[in-house]
Amino acid sequence: MAAVTSRAQRIGRPVSIIAILLVTAIFLFPIYWIGSTAFKPRNVATSVPPTVFFQPEITPFVKLFTKRAQLREQPTQEEYDAAPWWEQAIYDGGERVIKARGEPLLSQYPSRFINSLIVSVVSTVLAVGMGTLTAYGFSRFRVPGADDWLFFILSTRMLPPVVVAIPMFLMYRTFGLTDTHVGLIILYTAFNLSFAVWLMRGFIDEIPKEYEEAALVDGYTRIQAFYKIVLPESVTGIAATSIFSFIIAWNEYAFALIMTTRRAQTAPPFIPSQIGSGLPEWTVIAAGTVLFLLPVAIFTFLLRNHLLRGVTFGAIRK
Amino acid sequence: MANIALKGVTKRFGNLTALKDLDLEITDGEFFVLLGRTGAGKTTTLRMIAGLEEPTSGQIFIDGQDVGDWGVAERDVALVLQQYSLYPRYTVRENLAFPLKSPIRRLDAATIAQQVERAAKTLRIDHLLDRKVDKLSGGEMQRVSIGRAIVRNPRVFLMDEPLSALDAKLREALRTELKNLQVNLGATFLFVTHDQVEAMSMADHIGVLNEGQLVQTGTPHEVYNHPLNTFVAQSVGSPPMNLLAGKLDKGKALIAEAGLAMPCRAAPAQANAGSSLVFGVRPEDISLEADAPGEARIYDIENHGVEKILTMRAGETTFAATVAANSQVAIDETVRFAWNPDKIVFFDGETGNNLQAG
Ligand SMILES: Nc1ncnc2c1ncn2[C@@H]1O[C@H](COP(=O)(O)OP(=O)(O)OP(=O)(O)O)[C@@H](O)[C@H]1O
Ligand SMILES: [Mg+2]
Repeated sequence: MAAVTSRAQRIGRPVSIIAILLVTAIFLFPIYWIGSTAFKPRNVATSVPPTVFFQPEITPFVKLFTKRAQLREQPTQEEYDAAPWWEQAIYDGGERVIKARGEPLLSQYPSRFINSLIVSVVSTVLAVGMGTLTAYGFSRFRVPGADDWLFFILSTRMLPPVVVAIPMFLMYRTFGLTDTHVGLIILYTAFNLSFAVWLMRGFIDEIPKEYEEAALVDGYTRIQAFYKIVLPESVTGIAATSIFSFIIAWNEYAFALIMTTRRAQTAPPFIPSQIGSGLPEWTVIAAGTVLFLLPVAIFTFLLRNHLLRGVTFGAIRK
Repeated sequence: MANIALKGVTKRFGNLTALKDLDLEITDGEFFVLLGRTGAGKTTTLRMIAGLEEPTSGQIFIDGQDVGDWGVAERDVALVLQQYSLYPRYTVRENLAFPLKSPIRRLDAATIAQQVERAAKTLRIDHLLDRKVDKLSGGEMQRVSIGRAIVRNPRVFLMDEPLSALDAKLREALRTELKNLQVNLGATFLFVTHDQVEAMSMADHIGVLNEGQLVQTGTPHEVYNHPLNTFVAQSVGSPPMNLLAGKLDKGKALIAEAGLAMPCRAAPAQANAGSSLVFGVRPEDISLEADAPGEARIYDIENHGVEKILTMRAGETTFAATVAANSQVAIDETVRFAWNPDKIVFFDGETGNNLQAG
């Protein structure tokens, strides 16, 4: 196969490479833009025409993590020299870091980020865990009305979720679930469960039940066979499903905006809320966005092999 | 080791009856082969004995105990399947050790290692122990599957066409090996197959299954020479028994379609003159002779080395004959043939039942 290339292939190859590069460039451009903005000095960020070459600085990230106030009077030279580099960077921008008992105060960003992590990770674990068990049940046992149940499970995704936002909000308020981690976790688990069940059922259906039956005959219980045989065989499916669930929970905006205000607020509603306060600090917002992109990128990168095999499951397997 | 008994076992899937009122006895230490075509219910029978499927009605006994409400593990049987029974992520060694590592057995690592080695030696797969199973050839995989069964001492071995995915040569070799293994272990084997050669060559007893019903059980000799009906007659032997429809007339077999009148042995009492019959004759009981009573045209010749299988036509009827390889015959030649009158089997023309049965 390798040695024989037709004329069309020889011409087609460079053409397709160029096309791929072009499409990739278009898709990556916003990321480049936000990424470069995150390292720009403040006055460069909004210049027209845009500045492409500049001296990158880390100040936007320092600003992102600290509580700051306008400088009323310039620091003395000793104060300035005694300050660590990141504090000097803030002084340079005409601001100071607000401190309590000598310790710098953190901005709200880290806590919002951690909220996002908690809510996304926990809801993903729950959705994928429950989804896998449910899918196993549907795949292996005769469930009366299985098709109807599965359709019902899927139908929960047919309505755009925002449609139920107001009744949900009223329910949440009644139960005291607004602005709680638990509330968001329940919500995201419910979102992701239906498609976790569907995806995992596809994967588990592909695992021959003969493996488990052999394990039963070999002296294992159903549960042991599930852990020893089915789980290892379905890691690909679990990885793919986890990534999808995680991305959906991580990026969810509408409900987070409605249901959370402070304590449990996640990053997606928080970042744009910063635009509204005074003159928008675009570089700081860009820095927050860049950090926000990282977990999904890292998670996807770690599981990339599984993901590739997962989404093309069945098509290229063997 | 143990004996197995099935009493009046029926299995229905929805409104399909896979097995009907099955009675089966397999004595301790015998090699029992269940022979049946595809869909006959062979796998279903094994799965019910293993406990993977519940009978709709009837009882299953292992060693005289009704195992109806026993779990799969408690029954302590080993099951070898046609395929898919090895765990793909494990090495051969891990696969062999898997049954021993079950929490119900509580074996220590040294015992496990020793038993794995022993099973591997018996099946000559010790050089494969550290290989991943998905890299093995079909024959090696089946050896490992059998190894996983013998590594512990199950009460019975259940084998679901373990050789049918292999090529002919390997199948033959493993057949002999499996039979020797069973003799050496003194184990009870229930082996199901659709291949009558396997059944004939390995079994102590054969049970012939037809659409969920057990038609006949007996030694290979009994099943071959005294088939209870035309179905069994056609299920064993290669080529199978020739079945020729006709009537009895003054002690002769009159086969009108073929224009033949052949001598035959004394007919059983039920075979009244004039009633419609089916005459069964094995291909090897037909011989080519110069002054023989029958006449037919050679339609096809298959050369099998030591013998030739002839397809012959007389009138509208086709039948097979096995003759010595040095017989001088040619296609389209008209030959005279005789059959061994003592070996003729009489079947009822309507029901297909052997008239001398019971
Ligand atoms: N789980 C099931 N649900 C419905 N029907 C089934 C099920 N298992 C088996 N059957 C049916 O029962 C009948 C017997 O099946 P079984 O698998 O025992 O046949 P078999 O003799 O093993 O055939 P083969 O030689 O093809 O393996 C078939 O008609 C089959 O379609
Ligand atoms: Mg079968």
